[in-house]
Amino acid sequence: MSSAADEHIGARDGQRRRRARERPGSYYGRPIINAPVWQERDIAGYLFAGGLAAGSSVVAAGAELTGRGHLARSCKLCASAALGVSLAALVHDLGRPERFLNMLRVFKPTSPMNMGSWLLAAYGPLNGFATASDVLGLAPRGGRAATAGAALFGAGISSYTAALIANTAVPAWHEGHRELPFLFAGSAAAAGAGFGLLAAPLGESEPARRMAIAGAGVELLCEQLLERRLGMVAETLHTGTAGRRMRAARALTGAGALGAVTLAPRSRVGAALSGTALLAGSALTRFGIFAAGMASAQDPKYTVEPQRQRMRELG
Amino acid sequence: MSDGQLVDVLLGSADPAASSGYERHPPRMGFFTDTSLCIGCKACEVACKEWNQVPEDGLNWTGMSHDNSGGLGADTWRHVAFIEQRAPIGAHQSNFQREGESFRWLMASDVCKHCTHAACLDVCPTGAIFRTEFGTVVVQQDVCNGCGYCVPACPYGVLDKREDDGRIFKCTLCYDRLSAGQEPACAKACPTDSIQFGELDELHERAGRRIEQLHEAGVTEARLYGEDPDDGVGGDGAFFLLLDEPEVYGLPPDPIVTTRDLPEMWRNVAIAASGLLAGAAVAFAGSRR
Amino acid sequence: MLRQLRGPDRLGRGAAAQSRRTRELRARTVDADRVVKSVCPYCAVGCAQNVYVKDGKAIQIEGNPDAPHSRGRLCPKGSATLQLTTGDARERHVLYRPPHASDWQRLDLETAMVMVAEKFVCARAEGWEWERDGRRTRRCMSIAALGGATLDNEENYLIKKFLTACGVIQIENQARVCHSSTVVGLGTSFGRGASSTLPGDLQNSDLIVLEGSNMAEAHPVAFQWVMEAKARGATVIHVDPHYSRTSALVDMFVPLRAGSDIAFLGGVINHVLTTESDFREYVLAYTNAPTIVGEEFADVGADGLFSGYDEDKRGYDPSSWQYEDAFVAAAAGQRDQEGNVEALPDEGQARDADAARRQPKLDMTLQHPRCVWQILKRHYASYTPETVERVCGVPQDVFAKVCELFVANSGRERTTAFVHGVGWTQHTIGSQYIRAASVLQLLLGNMGRPGGGVMAMRGHASIQGSSDIPTLFDTLPGYIPMPHAHRHTDLDSFVRGTSARRGYWGNMRDYAVSLLKAWWGESATVDNDYRFDYLPRLTASHSTYDTVMEQIKGTVKGYFLFGENPAVGSANSRMQRLGMSKLDWLVVRDFSLIESATWWKDGPEIESGEMRTQDIATEVFFFPAAAHIEKDGTFTNTQRMVQFHHKAQEPVAEQRSDLWFVYHLAKRVRELLSDSRDERDRPVLELTWDYPTVGEHQDPDAEAVLAEINGRDADGKMLSGYTELKADGSTSCGCWIYCGCYADGVNQTARRKPASEQNWTGGEWAWAWPANRRILYNRASADPQGRPWSERKALVWWDAQKGEWTGHDTPDFEADKPPDYRPPADARGPEAISGDTPFIMQADGRGWLFAPAGVADGPLPTHYEPQDSPVANSMYPARQRNPAREVYEHENNRYHPDPDEPGGDVFPFVVTTYRLTEHFTAGGMSRWTPYLAELQPEFFCEVSPELAAERGLKHAGWATLVSARGAIEARVLVTDRMTPLKIEGRTIHQIGMPYHWGPNGYAKGDSMNELSSMALDPSSHIQEVKALSVDIRPGRRPRGAARQALVREYRQRAGITAQTGMKP
Repeated sequence: MSSAADEHIGARDGQRRRRARERPGSYYGRPIINAPVWQERDIAGYLFAGGLAAGSSVVAAGAELTGRGHLARSCKLCASAALGVSLAALVHDLGRPERFLNMLRVFKPTSPMNMGSWLLAAYGPLNGFATASDVLGLAPRGGRAATAGAALFGAGISSYTAALIANTAVPAWHEGHRELPFLFAGSAAAAGAGFGLLAAPLGESEPARRMAIAGAGVELLCEQLLERRLGMVAETLHTGTAGRRMRAARALTGAGALGAVTLAPRSRVGAALSGTALLAGSALTRFGIFAAGMASAQDPKYTVEPQRQRMRELG
Repeated sequence: MSDGQLVDVLLGSADPAASSGYERHPPRMGFFTDTSLCIGCKACEVACKEWNQVPEDGLNWTGMSHDNSGGLGADTWRHVAFIEQRAPIGAHQSNFQREGESFRWLMASDVCKHCTHAACLDVCPTGAIFRTEFGTVVVQQDVCNGCGYCVPACPYGVLDKREDDGRIFKCTLCYDRLSAGQEPACAKACPTDSIQFGELDELHERAGRRIEQLHEAGVTEARLYGEDPDDGVGGDGAFFLLLDEPEVYGLPPDPIVTTRDLPEMWRNVAIAASGLLAGAAVAFAGSRR
Repeated sequence: MLRQLRGPDRLGRGAAAQSRRTRELRARTVDADRVVKSVCPYCAVGCAQNVYVKDGKAIQIEGNPDAPHSRGRLCPKGSATLQLTTGDARERHVLYRPPHASDWQRLDLETAMVMVAEKFVCARAEGWEWERDGRRTRRCMSIAALGGATLDNEENYLIKKFLTACGVIQIENQARVCHSSTVVGLGTSFGRGASSTLPGDLQNSDLIVLEGSNMAEAHPVAFQWVMEAKARGATVIHVDPHYSRTSALVDMFVPLRAGSDIAFLGGVINHVLTTESDFREYVLAYTNAPTIVGEEFADVGADGLFSGYDEDKRGYDPSSWQYEDAFVAAAAGQRDQEGNVEALPDEGQARDADAARRQPKLDMTLQHPRCVWQILKRHYASYTPETVERVCGVPQDVFAKVCELFVANSGRERTTAFVHGVGWTQHTIGSQYIRAASVLQLLLGNMGRPGGGVMAMRGHASIQGSSDIPTLFDTLPGYIPMPHAHRHTDLDSFVRGTSARRGYWGNMRDYAVSLLKAWWGESATVDNDYRFDYLPRLTASHSTYDTVMEQIKGTVKGYFLFGENPAVGSANSRMQRLGMSKLDWLVVRDFSLIESATWWKDGPEIESGEMRTQDIATEVFFFPAAAHIEKDGTFTNTQRMVQFHHKAQEPVAEQRSDLWFVYHLAKRVRELLSDSRDERDRPVLELTWDYPTVGEHQDPDAEAVLAEINGRDADGKMLSGYTELKADGSTSCGCWIYCGCYADGVNQTARRKPASEQNWTGGEWAWAWPANRRILYNRASADPQGRPWSERKALVWWDAQKGEWTGHDTPDFEADKPPDYRPPADARGPEAISGDTPFIMQADGRGWLFAPAGVADGPLPTHYEPQDSPVANSMYPARQRNPAREVYEHENNRYHPDPDEPGGDVFPFVVTTYRLTEHFTAGGMSRWTPYLAELQPEFFCEVSPELAAERGLKHAGWATLVSARGAIEARVLVTDRMTPLKIEGRTIHQIGMPYHWGPNGYAKGDSMNELSSMALDPSSHIQEVKALSVDIRPGRRPRGAARQALVREYRQRAGITAQTGMKP
């Protein structure tokens, strides 16, 4: 066997010996819960794309209602594209993709994934119709209604994904179930508005700027709250892959927001830059949270210690 | 309606079969695994694989005492843990003083807990995972689309995806055998009756008597695990008698069904969504044109 | 979703979510066409199985809950029997390897059978021997067979019957290498060489001592009765070198040095004697404690020898161990007194015959200096707690606790049981291990009583059967000895020379004549001595290890392997392979291509370049065997219980049962010889061989064979018990102890009365020999007057009203013989056994504390070190090893130096071996079975953290182990379960190793038997593989030629020569 494997087992042996003496709380250091079998590219990707689609739809609706044609259309197109990517990712991640429609076999409030499927089932066509009517200039009244509807459901999409991952035994996700919906909504707003900045002419982008600043603010604030909430599990947000991604995300989101305040109003390029920063920041946040969850699932201490602490607190 | 009531509606009562749409149903069946009787023979692992035609999953010598299965998974529905301890434990807990230290070897057969409040069942988006009339939790292989949601939802790490198949597999508590009035394969094979199958209520009484007996014998570390209907999963359909802390066996000390917090999550999801819309409204409303 | 809205299950979590497939789901057992009753083919617990059959194929195999002994439970191996029998690891076709060929080729079954028959006839003619040293031997030394413990009794019966008629004497099976020493130890002590009790009786024990047995791992389903006893408040202790899964469950684990058990047990015996805490009434009435031994006897002295030792013959003349002017023959072991006393002239025999008429002298005060009691006291006086601590490494306080437990749990009200396995038997003094336990159980009065006895755990489905109906060289069915070649031997001198005058062996002539009638039928008449002369004769030991030496010499031309795998399973497996490479032809019958079938193309010697495939002339035939569910037949389990298993499915392709193979091979051989006029061929041609055949493959009817084993009277009526046997040729019986298994023409072995409908002895489940007695010597459960010693321990008792023995079990005594019966002076046979002596097979009716005959290496167990030991024998410094042990001089079977000789420190560590729950023996039935292989995928050795530190061994890394025979590699499992011992003031490290692996199969690994040597117990010819010395070093072993080079380097370093370790 390879020397690497030898070392690995050697390390496990060390663990075993320690365990024999000090009785630390694990079984050969193996995880207690099973880490998600989800592919990062698919699911973390969906968290971002879904949020982007949602944010874009909301911006699109605002733009439509306030007569910002360019902004509205590009956002609708963006939403459609992001939605396409989302669906592709979700189907691709299934063990039996051909059984995708089984998702609608039941109506199950206890399953965010099921609820999400129904949400998407409603959001998808609305968004599609809104985009089509806009691009092809058909049934403007219907298009307008669909745009509003898409925004409504889109808002749901933007935050339900938080419940999707928080409703698991993964410590870093579940413990954050209070903050994650707001974090994701903010992140979605930042992404959608970010795209708005990227796509809209200066004349139309002001609301996007405001939304971007607000979204980014919420995103950064919620992340702080999340870290406080997670306690010892928060270290999964600081260390390793997750740590690197979260740091980069904070930097980009902060920069994007700053840019939105300073550069964006003056130059198209500045707007584009801060928009891009916000998009990247949002993406990295989702991938960071995903990685933190994986890390927290793979080490038994993140499962055991919080539970032990809870037991101590409850006496 | 308070969260508590909402939770009850969502998760059902202590009689899971009844709250899952079975008006007339047999008594709830389950396992009592008394690890103080386990000889680590692994008959349960093999009997399970033979009956359920679970594939052999590779030759992997782990060096973890006599455990070469590693843990529960898609291809291991019963798993026997081996824990070698050289620790300061009472004379009654050990039968061998090694170099002045007490030594003991714990063995325990783990299995799906068939929770009263089963997170895997709650989160399954397709209804592939369902509650049987016996109160057990089963994955329907003709429905499962391998979304994998149940895998991280389980607080015990029971369910897993069979990679070359794409679907999720776990213990069915031999649903097909139960329907035919037969006991599960593992319990039937168990040479020392460490794995006991029966009506859950009856098993609870039996377990209570056993614990008393052991405590009288001085085995003070013996404790029941998963038998309490008030624990975080509403009690397990498969519960255990352990001789040490749960985490020593790779079990969570205080598991909680994740969906218990779902109402709060939904509320926050709704607020966040509305917040997004409101924020957008403000952003656009306030902006001049 | 619609159902959700309509039904009560609004949330879609239960009823509403059910799929059609789920609603239509059915257990496959429900759809079975029939349920066939069978028996597990692995160990000797003999768990009853239900085989569910659909469309003629087994679809599920489970335990049968009705069975009193297994209660429907199965261990992992038993649970894997469906995969074993229906999996794809089994070969389906005959394979043939021509001389010098590099690979197998296909051969159709018919052609293969014809070829084997012809080769058999030629080899037999070539190796025929009428005489040796002027004595008639009438035998064939060129053919040998090995295997039978995994076969049915019927199959073993036909193999022994046919090969013996052909003059083949080198017939052996796993029973030789597993428990032959148990047969000697128990047989000489109590009269019968089988377990005295049943695992189910352990639930009645107050103390269970597991020693030399890894019961929870090797016999998990039987271990349920130990757990049952624990639940009832019994104490359980495990005395073993290795903390196993058995140790984990007991109240007290006592680690001791492998190979030191006699010192340990001797210490307990000494404690009982010095504190006089024996069960005195029992000892006086039921043991030979009061018997006076002749003046010629001299106990072991400074020279470590008993009287009668002969340096040249490296053995004892036991005549000086006899009782004072009263001659008794042993019930087992070395029974051919003439054979032992070669020089004994006729008048000598006459003297013994005369002496045999006299009753042994007794001193009921136990004061006579030459009474057994006093001899015992003197012999064990040196086995003090200090000695035990020094020799075994058991601290005195721990030992004291053990002694207390023994005493506290024996006597009128309480009983102690011993459970042993091959941890006791496989030593150069193995028979004496069993004797030591027997002595202790007699002193404490634990024999023949509920919860007492010596429970021998046998390891193969029918290894007890293959001892009873032996595929063994030294016995005929029912433990009748094979005749030795002596001057003018005839039936009379045979009976006189091999059987006691008193007790049931006094009827030897009835048993022998009935057997000869069963084999040669009409041809056997009083005028021709019932064809006694048709039996081939022995001239020495022809054990499997002697056969290996004969193979290497080139004497043996043809070799049959029936489900045995010596290339990895026998001691010094290298010698086994070398022997096979010298054969003209080899027939292997098994499920898969085991190492013994493929050594010529991929054995270690091929890999190392020592042998080249193209140089090997051996022709190899592989015949795929049928599985237990593919044939009718009986297994005899560890508690002497004969269970019938029924055919559930037909074997496929060219798979056939061994019954089919032997029957049809014999038919072909008889055809080939049909017009022979040669006297040599008469026994073959006159042999009774007319069995009805059944099924599409023309299998002989197993029940017809079983009926022959049971025996018939002159009118062909089935006999109901061995007391009906006669010496006048009017009865025939294939195995006298099995007489009654087909009583009233009913197959008693197929009885299956549920446990819930009978008492705990399970007396109505199948049938146990002898006479369906479940606990042997149970007359001893009552006092001399026939009353139970205590109500708590009542088993059988004398009912004065009815005038018969009665109780929970079939009395092991003449049912109507009253306790006050006293035999007339000149009585013989059973009549000579008085009403108050329970050991009815013994010449004096008593349990033997002191064995005046039968055990080759002494009348009393004595501590000698193993052949290869790092420890000097401080108890008998002049005698390191058993002086009577059997050793073999061969360059590939070198031994290690004495510890105090130069080079004595080269192999400093003690290795002991054991089974794992997940595997079976040499792995033929588990390494190929994926569900078992995955649970223990690799060969490993267990070492203590201390030894790991001392030798730089890394957990889960590799280690190389070396002995003077070979070098192997194993994964390292560092564990606190191995513990260093303080021996003779220094630290001794022990290494634990399972022995299941070999280079073939799915789970592969080196074989432990590359390390072991051929060194045997003289009474039973069993090899020593439970205690040997080795060196261990980190890392993997060398490949190719470097492997043996390493071994040679070690030999040089240790200064090993042909003389090393050979001195008596």
